Amino acid sequence: MIISDNLNTYLIIAALLLVIGLYGMIQHRSLIGMLISSEFVLNGAALNFMAFNTFTAPNPAVGQIYTLCIMALAAAEAAIAVSIIIVVYRRFHNEDPAIIQDMKY
Amino acid sequence: MILYRYIAEALFYAFMILTFMGAFMAVRSQLLMHAVIGLAISLLGIAGLYFHLGSTFLAVMQVLIYVGAVCIMIAMGVMLGNTPRQLAEKNLKGRNLLLAIGSCTAVFLALFATLAQTRFAPAAERIGDMSIQFVGENLLLQYCLAFELISLILLTAIIGSIILARGGRDGAVK
Repeated sequence: MIISDNLNTYLIIAALLLVIGLYGMIQHRSLIGMLISSEFVLNGAALNFMAFNTFTAPNPAVGQIYTLCIMALAAAEAAIAVSIIIVVYRRFHNEDPAIIQDMKY
Repeated sequence: MILYRYIAEALFYAFMILTFMGAFMAVRSQLLMHAVIGLAISLLGIAGLYFHLGSTFLAVMQVLIYVGAVCIMIAMGVMLGNTPRQLAEKNLKGRNLLLAIGSCTAVFLALFATLAQTRFAPAAERIGDMSIQFVGENLLLQYCLAFELISLILLTAIIGSIILARGGRDGAVK
């Protein structure tokens, strides 16, 4: 069965990626693990844009430009998040998000 | 001609399996370095899916930016901080497991129900093609703002991460 040129296939793959990312963000016990899971959410969004770009968009360059924008955002987000995690580790000597709660009270 | 189609379809299944195996490895592994490797595998699979969607440019960019830059940066982050082994072993049987599975199932079912009810119509007329030349012309002429925005965001991120992470091991900002 040919499923690779069907829009719904890509949309379901993107939804599954989003769900896997959500699962990892809830379940991981470390900040880096949550950062890794957030990459899956961003990739699901990017795949969604690209699928709609290929199958329905009138201008096939817009989705590619938007996906490129998402990639740059993800790279920037990863850089900022990694440096924040390094600072947090330096200050708390721990990466467990349940311990870092100075601003909670 | 038909043989090429079957080979492409088999490659599509392979990329899909690569994506999901990598993703499961990333969210279910105990050690963070295994999670980074799973992330890299999954992103390679997504690059193959971009290739199937007709955009060679994005497939190359995915390998270059995600697998090349983001994964290496996260691996550096894993090596600089360390997660204690007992914390890593608690990773699999956390108290949030039921919450995670329930919320993910609910979100997926909501998305799937929406998807099953919707019919997407292709555009009446398409201009241009998926070529890198057309993307470049659009990126530099009509969507110039997005291009400038990307460069500004990257510059801000570089400066911000340098400011955040400077200082010695004792945390004192010089």
